Amino acid sequence: MRIRSVIPGFVPAAGITLLLLGLLVLLPLAALVLRAASLGWSGVWDLVTEPRVLAALRTSFGLSLAAAAVNAVFGTLTAWVLVRYEFPGRRLLDAAVDLPFALPTAVAGIALAALYAPNGWIGALAAPFEVRIAFTPVGIFIALVFVGLPFVVRTVQPVLAEAQQDVEEAAATLGAGRIRTILRVVLPALVPAVIAGSAMAFARGVGEYGSVIFIAGNIPFVSEIAPLLIVVKLEEYDFEGATAIALAMLTVSFVILLGLNALGSWSRRRFGHAR
Amino acid sequence: MDIRVRNIVKDYGRTAALEGVSLDIASGELIALLGPSGSGKTTLLRVIAGLEIPNSGQVFFGDEDASFTPVQHRKVGFVFQHYALFRHMTVLDNIGFGLSVRDSARRPPAGEIRRRCLELLDLVQLSGLEDRYPAQLSGGQRQRVALARALAVEPRVLLLDEPFGALDAKVRKDLRRWLREIHDRTGHTTVFVTHDQDEALELADRVAVLNKGRIEQVGTPDEVYDRPGTPFVFRFIGESHALAVKVAGGKVWLAGRPILLSPEDMGEGPAQLHLRPQDVEFAAYAPDALPARIISVRRSGPTRRAEIRLSDEQDAVFEIDAPAALSVRPGEERPVRILRGRVFSGD
Amino acid sequence: MPDSMPAALLPPSATKPAAAPDIRARKRLRAPTEDPPLFRAAAIALAVFFLALFLVLPLAVVFIEAFGKGAAAFLEALREEDARAAVRLTLTVAAIAVPVNVVFGIAAAWCIAKFEFPGKSLLVSLIDLPFSVSPVVAGLVYVLLFGAQGLLGPTLQAYGIEVIFAVPGIVLATIFVTLPFIARELIPLMEDQGTTDEEAALSLGAGGFRTFLRITLPNIRWGLLYGVLLCNARAMGEFGAVSVVSGHIRGLTNTMPLQVEVLYNEYNATAAFAVASLLAGLALVTLALKSLLEWRYADEIAGTHRR
Repeated sequence: MRIRSVIPGFVPAAGITLLLLGLLVLLPLAALVLRAASLGWSGVWDLVTEPRVLAALRTSFGLSLAAAAVNAVFGTLTAWVLVRYEFPGRRLLDAAVDLPFALPTAVAGIALAALYAPNGWIGALAAPFEVRIAFTPVGIFIALVFVGLPFVVRTVQPVLAEAQQDVEEAAATLGAGRIRTILRVVLPALVPAVIAGSAMAFARGVGEYGSVIFIAGNIPFVSEIAPLLIVVKLEEYDFEGATAIALAMLTVSFVILLGLNALGSWSRRRFGHAR
Repeated sequence: MDIRVRNIVKDYGRTAALEGVSLDIASGELIALLGPSGSGKTTLLRVIAGLEIPNSGQVFFGDEDASFTPVQHRKVGFVFQHYALFRHMTVLDNIGFGLSVRDSARRPPAGEIRRRCLELLDLVQLSGLEDRYPAQLSGGQRQRVALARALAVEPRVLLLDEPFGALDAKVRKDLRRWLREIHDRTGHTTVFVTHDQDEALELADRVAVLNKGRIEQVGTPDEVYDRPGTPFVFRFIGESHALAVKVAGGKVWLAGRPILLSPEDMGEGPAQLHLRPQDVEFAAYAPDALPARIISVRRSGPTRRAEIRLSDEQDAVFEIDAPAALSVRPGEERPVRILRGRVFSGD
Repeated sequence: MPDSMPAALLPPSATKPAAAPDIRARKRLRAPTEDPPLFRAAAIALAVFFLALFLVLPLAVVFIEAFGKGAAAFLEALREEDARAAVRLTLTVAAIAVPVNVVFGIAAAWCIAKFEFPGKSLLVSLIDLPFSVSPVVAGLVYVLLFGAQGLLGPTLQAYGIEVIFAVPGIVLATIFVTLPFIARELIPLMEDQGTTDEEAALSLGAGGFRTFLRITLPNIRWGLLYGVLLCNARAMGEFGAVSVVSGHIRGLTNTMPLQVEVLYNEYNATAAFAVASLLAGLALVTLALKSLLEWRYADEIAGTHRR
């Protein structure tokens, strides 16, 4: 391949990039695909449709979806408040949004477990009502809300910050009240960003392990997530089972990624970048 | 609908945007608010619309005091500088927005809204584009949609903020003529903001010239161009030069000689003489001619411009039109005579 | 106002005294883009409550549990030999993974941002790939490659090289999950900066490597630091991928996050939270430095492309 440019260093830079990427990422992933290929389609299908695996996949996907939905609402609200309002502590709050990115998942996991356990600060509040949060699917849901929170906020925030306020003024001159303006003019313009952020939160939630396993209780068929089941299978030296689950999860991740790209180009085409 | 603006004061924290502005706009008039950036012209337009709340002062629409009417109920059509179209709505939905957000008692049925929007789309010559999104339109087309959207709510007045500011020169000229036609056809009282004097002078019935939060002069394009009321208007509209003169004994003195202009009822003392290039001519042997020397000559469109310096007043440098027939060369001595001009007292 | 301003220019009615303005009515008016105060207050309250519940509370719990039995118990837990081994291993892993990422990030950003070549967008997607792979799967692929029953495992074992259940596996898994961090920061930044600076330096006679050191590197230093910060936080905190390949051998293959898990599962909450509080402190320092960089060098880290 010949690259015409006066800038030097393409060959060494591309060489290092491809070498590291190939050895560290593509080769290991190829090992997974190879392993799956040796099972054949029906082999993978049988392993994935095993009741316990299906239950785990359902738990992971279902609860990730629910958490992404909650994050879509509260993430948009948080982005709105951080961009539009000035109040004491706003900058601190803004910085805190990235905490789930920065806090190691195991730390978040034991902290959430301690908070929502029946004797924890919040768990104790729920206990008198016979409501258990930790060690049930509700606990998983809470952990997934935690890890997915920054995605929607950080995707919506720049869109909101760049949105021109003149469209809101235009709506006002046309007779729309403030709430109606927000509902019909401001929020619809945010929809692509909210969907993109939620999809990222969803994808992250499906693969999440560390912050979930401490609070989940990990009861098969009830509160066992797919990544944990991979670990369980590995501990039982069931590499085939682990491979099949991993393949199912990877496939879904790719579909989400493709969907996100399609959404991005669709919304760019329709709504344009500039106003 | 006529608009009366009374003593509007508006400041943004420490910087004053409007310092007691009053303006009467007649029904059906097309008026331009003209001024440099920071002169308060856009603020005045936004105060009229209700987008900006003044510190004090009043705005009347006809006999109604609208000063405390929120923007939603002022029934103004506002066209924003960057159009402010709703990106996620089609052209048709953009135009119909104002009608569709009315409360149910006053909202026309959906079919009626659609019919009216298509009618407006026809008026702005965009028929067939109703299902497009704003991103799929050119700048000029967006501007037309923005105007149709503003007209759809049957506004009492039409307010346009730098309506052609974001367009390229050719489209600008076309849209200018077209806006005039629309105005003449619909008869809306129309106020538009511009920093472009050509635009204001060509398009408007009257021009209000603003500077530093005050109105300097209001008048027809001819009035503000031919009879500028203040030194600022003289400087801002058309080309002009200012020369230091003295008023003494009922005469105006330039470079130690009296010139033919009358000082009117001005007090004695230093003053400023404002001249346009057409206000001075080369005059070989007139008794009131001032000796001068040509510094340079350059082409300016159809005419030639000579930059000259008065021989008896080295600070007095200005440009005048040189007739085609006359030979002018840099370095030549040529007396000049001042035909017209305007004297304002003060330094 | 100039003296010559004819009085006739002012509309006649302007000189009449205006009716006394109704101050209260004016106060009730709001700019059209301003939200109703109640709406605003409710939105802020709700957002603050949500963030406090989901972010602040878990963080507070870590420190309160860590110091719950006094500073002595906290220090005791950290002095423990396994805990110290975990800290050492975590630092070692980060000390290898972060520099590898720096090299990879700069190389990838250099060829993507400064050159046009076929397959570029595919390369960009491949670099992002580790972000869309579950950490557990990242660990799994290394087990499948280097494990006892893996593709290369038996061969390597024949030469006495242990990857899985050993430090090399931990390092590899960590590099896998952190690989995109620095490249993602640098690519948009270097694309924004274009190639004109480098071309100028080359035209002045500077060699390629010198151009990189003297021109490119200073231009990207804050973005690079930003990426290093995020990469380091993830490298030290990674749990899922490392957990799969480590084997949880105390004192040997337990990183700090794994040590947290082990202690927690042994019902030694104070010790678990003590180690966790170190990691939480690291997260707080990371956030503080990150905010500082964003605030101080917003333009030089191309903040808009951040995730």
